[in-house]
Amino acid sequence: MYKAFLIKYAEIGLKGKNRHIFENALKDQIRFNLNKLGNFEVSREQGRVFVECPDDFDYDETVAALQRVFGITGISPVIVINSTDWEDIKQEVGDYVEKFYGRKPFTFKVEAKRGNKQYPIQSPEICSKMGAYLLDRFPELSVDVHTPQEYITVEVRNKAYVYSNTLKGPGGMPVGTGGKAMLLLSGGIDSPVAGYMISKRGVTIEATYFHAPPYTSERAKQKVVDLAKIISAYTGPIKLHVVNFTDIQLYIYEKCPHEELTIIMRRYMMKIAESIANRSKCLGLITGESIGQVASQTMQSLAATNAVCTMPVYRPLIGMDKQEIIDISERIGTFETSVLPFEDCCTIFVAKHPVTRPILSVIEKNELNLSEKIDELVKTALETREVITVK
Amino acid sequence: MIAYLDNAATTKVSESVRDIMVDALYVNFGNPSSMHRKGMEAERYIKDAKESIAKLLKAEPKEIVFTSGGTESNNMALIGTALAYQRSGKHIITTQFEHPSVHNPLIALEDFGFRVSFVPVDQNGKVIEEALLNEICDDTILVSIMYVNNEVGAIQDIAKLSKLVKEKKPDVLFHTDAIQSFGKFKIFPKKEGIDLMSVSGHKFHGPKGAGFLYIKDKVKVKPIIHGGGQQKGYRSGTENVPAIAGLYQAISEIYENHEDKINHLYDLKTHMIEGLQQIPEVVVNAVFKEREDLSLSERVRFTAPHLVSASFQGIRSEVLLHALEDREIYVSSGSACASNHPSLSGSLMAIGVEKGLLDSTLRFSFSVNTKMEEIDYTLEVLNEIVPMLRRYTRK
Repeated sequence: MYKAFLIKYAEIGLKGKNRHIFENALKDQIRFNLNKLGNFEVSREQGRVFVECPDDFDYDETVAALQRVFGITGISPVIVINSTDWEDIKQEVGDYVEKFYGRKPFTFKVEAKRGNKQYPIQSPEICSKMGAYLLDRFPELSVDVHTPQEYITVEVRNKAYVYSNTLKGPGGMPVGTGGKAMLLLSGGIDSPVAGYMISKRGVTIEATYFHAPPYTSERAKQKVVDLAKIISAYTGPIKLHVVNFTDIQLYIYEKCPHEELTIIMRRYMMKIAESIANRSKCLGLITGESIGQVASQTMQSLAATNAVCTMPVYRPLIGMDKQEIIDISERIGTFETSVLPFEDCCTIFVAKHPVTRPILSVIEKNELNLSEKIDELVKTALETREVITVK
Repeated sequence: MIAYLDNAATTKVSESVRDIMVDALYVNFGNPSSMHRKGMEAERYIKDAKESIAKLLKAEPKEIVFTSGGTESNNMALIGTALAYQRSGKHIITTQFEHPSVHNPLIALEDFGFRVSFVPVDQNGKVIEEALLNEICDDTILVSIMYVNNEVGAIQDIAKLSKLVKEKKPDVLFHTDAIQSFGKFKIFPKKEGIDLMSVSGHKFHGPKGAGFLYIKDKVKVKPIIHGGGQQKGYRSGTENVPAIAGLYQAISEIYENHEDKINHLYDLKTHMIEGLQQIPEVVVNAVFKEREDLSLSERVRFTAPHLVSASFQGIRSEVLLHALEDREIYVSSGSACASNHPSLSGSLMAIGVEKGLLDSTLRFSFSVNTKMEEIDYTLEVLNEIVPMLRRYTRK
C-alpha cells in the first residue's frame, strides 16, 4: 500500500543558518540505517526528509529502522500517486481513506501542499474540493477544521502524495552533529542506557571496557561486545576499547585500604578512559552513574571520582530511579543481555564495607602508596588495549 | 600443552564416530520411515544400534528407545511413567542431589498433583538407605536414583537399593540416571533390578543430541512427544539417524579393552588426588572417607573413575577456572549443566561441603584419552597459581 515515508523532525527546525548541517546529518543517518534493507531513495526537501522505497521493501523492518534514527520525531507512511491528474488524485485519496480507516466515522481536515507551483489548482482549492469529494463518497465522515481527529494531507509535486498517519520517532538530534564522547561501558544495566541517551543528543559514541582476566571471563567481555552491538543500531558503529585492568586492580588491592578499593579503582578507570578519549578526540566521558545507587555513587564518591578528570563527565542517569533505567533498557533491547550473570571487575574485588563518604584528601594520600609502579601499569594497560569496532 | 579435563561435560568423538555420522548424513541419508531402499539403508543404522545396545545390556532391542540425550531420557522416564501409573499412586522418591534433568521434571510433576520425596545422602554421596525405605508408602509408584553423581562422582549400589525398595513394595518402578556411569561400568539392568535407565551419547565419545532410554518390557511409559508414531509411538519424529549411528559406533568402542581403560582412569584420578593433597587448604570431595584404613588407590575404587571434585579455600571457582583456561586447562566449576546459573551446587550441599567452599569448587574430569602428562601439567599450574590467587580475596 505505502511506497514512501515522510520524515518529520522538530528540534532541527529551530536551528538557524546551520540548519542544513543537521538536515544533511539526519539524511545520512537515515541512509545508513536503511542501506542494509535495500535501495531506498532519501532526499531532503522543504524542511523535511522524504524516503522512497524500493518495490520489495519490508514495511515493518523499515519503520523499525527509522525509529532508531535520532532526530526523527514522526514517520508518515505515504501513498504515491503516479499522476497529477485531479480525477486520479481524487480517486486514489478516496481509496486510501477507505482502505486505511475502513468505514468508521471520524472528523477530518484536508491539508494541501503544492510543491509544484505550476499546478493549476491552488492549495486552498485542493482542500475544499477534496473535502467535498470525501464527504460525498463517505457520508459517515464530517469536517472539523479546528480540532479534527485526523488530518489528511495531499501533496502535489511532480507526482502526488497522500498521508494521514504519523508514527512516533525517537526524537533527539542526528548522530554526528554533537561531537564525540567516550562511554565507560560495563556489563550492567546502566551504562548502555547512558550511552543511548547521550547519543540521542547527536553525540557519536566510543566505549571503553575494563577487562580483568581471570577474575572476569571471556563471556563477560563477549557480553559487553553484544551490548555495544545492540546500542550501535541507534548510535552507528562503536569503537570499543578493551583495557586489561587486572594488574592495576591487583596493585591497588595490595597497596590501598580495602574500603577505598572501589573508589580508587574507579578513579583509575576514569583516568584511563579520559586518556583514550583524548587520543580519540572525544569531548567528554559518559557514565551510567545515578546518585545513591551504590557506595561508589554517593555524592561524596562521585566528587572523589570526578576529581581525576578534566574533561566533562556526562551522567544522563544521575537523577533516575533504577526502575526508570530498567524501563529504558527494556525498550532499547539491552536489558536481557545486561542481566546475564557474569562477574564484572566492579563487583569482584568489592570490600565488605566500602567507604560511602570518602574524603578526597585521604584518597589522594592513600593513592601515594601506588606511586612506585602505577604509571608504568597504566601505560601498559593503555598500550595493550584491544580495539574492536562493533556494528 | 592443552589439558581438556571437562569430560564429564562432554567428550570428543573419535574419527570412526565422525566417519559413520558423515555416511549417515551424506551417503545413506534416507528417511528410515520411507518404504524404499534408501529408507531401508537408514533404518539399518537404527536396527544395528538397537541390537548392539541390547546385547550389551543383556536386554531386548524392543526395550531401547532413542532420544535426544540424557535430559530427554530422564524426562520421558519420569513424566512418562508418572502419567502411566498415576492411578496406582502419585508418590515419587528421589535423592537430594539429582541432576536438574531429573529434579526439575519431578518438580514440574508436583504441579499435577504428584508428591515427591527427596532422600538425603551421606558425606560420601551414598543414599541413606533407611531414609529411602522410610519414604516408601502405598502411594509410591517410582524411585529415581542416579548411578554416578555428575558433580562429585559418588556411586550408588543400584542393585542393592533396587532390591531393598522392591522387597518393601514389589510394584514400585526403579529408574536410574546412568548418564555419568554408562561407558564406565558394565550395567545389566535386569540383573540390577532397573526398570528404566537413561543414557547420553556425548559422555562417552558419541555425538551430542543422541541418547537412549532403556524401558524394561511390560513397563508402561506414556509418550511425551506425539506424532507419526515412530519408535513404536514412544517417541514420534524422524529418528536422528546420523546421531544414532554415531552413538552405536561410540558404544561399540567404549567397551573394547574396557578393564584397561578403567584402570587408566583410576590411575589418573589417584594421581590427581595425590597432587591436590599436596596443595594447602584444598579439600577433595567424596573420596570415600569411611574406609580410611585403605590406601587412596583402593579407596578411589568406591567412586567414579573419571572425575575429581575439589574445593580451593579462598578462591572463587570462576576465577580459578579462567586462570586455568589461560594456561589451556579446561575444567568445570561444580557441574557444567548448572554453572551458568548463579545458584550454588545442590550436590555439594547434599554431601555436606562447607558453605564457604561451595563457591570454590572445581570439577576435573577425564576420558580414556586423557594422558598422565595432562594431570602433571595441571597440578604444576595449580601449584603456581593457587597461592597467587589466594592473595586477593574479598575482605
